[in-house]
Amino acid sequence: MKDLKQASKSTTPGKGGLTPEIQSRIGHQLRAMYDDVVRQGVPDRFAELIKKLDAPGGSPNENGAGGSNDNTGRD
Amino acid sequence: MPLTNSLRDDILAAVPSLRAFAISLSGNADRADDLVQETLLRALANIDSFQPGSNLPAWLFTILRNLFRSDYRKRRREVEDAEGNYAKTLKTQPSQNAHLEFEEFRSALDKLPQDQREALILVGASGFSYEDAASICGCAVGTIKSRVNRARSKLAALLYVDGAEDFGPDETVRAVIGGSGG
Repeated sequence: MKDLKQASKSTTPGKGGLTPEIQSRIGHQLRAMYDDVVRQGVPDRFAELIKKLDAPGGSPNENGAGGSNDNTGRD
Repeated sequence: MPLTNSLRDDILAAVPSLRAFAISLSGNADRADDLVQETLLRALANIDSFQPGSNLPAWLFTILRNLFRSDYRKRRREVEDAEGNYAKTLKTQPSQNAHLEFEEFRSALDKLPQDQREALILVGASGFSYEDAASICGCAVGTIKSRVNRARSKLAALLYVDGAEDFGPDETVRAVIGGSGG
């Protein structure tokens, strides 16, 4: 961490010896990386997984779709 | 609490950030999705232990983080394909400069100790408070703060500080990044 003393090449160092400029740059890159994935939304495999588990008696290892419940109105 | 429709919706709504967290931690998109799947299965199997009204995302992140760490102990990170694999998950291919910058950032992030990386991601990207991040990581708030500060310092040293040649990219890459502005 000694190297950080050299970081003060512009403006005043902020928290942890970093300049505000560098701090905001790190924050920006970190969020860009993260938000890129967030924007992809929910992949189908997870939406289906949760839907199946929500079905009565469903579990990922069974054929969760209908379950064996009689009171779903099916013949 | 039982798995109500609204709880199920809330879990689904947390999936995008769970994936982002998992990819940020592991650097590998396939492995990240396996982690998310395992997290959802665990969460749903233990849904009774979730306290209604408490922080659902924090609860899910805790599960994912613990799974990642136990998995991590078993097998070392698969660094070799991490960047290429991640790049495939991007919807739009970034421009050449942006791509270089991204890869450099990703590789600097991978060089952080795991404790620091997860703290920085939780606070700096996921947007959790220090308190929530501390609860997710099972440590004191002060510990999280100091990990986040050390993570930022180390990233700065790796990415932006002269004299970090030992870790950093070559001059050309740095010139590109320096010139690409912000």
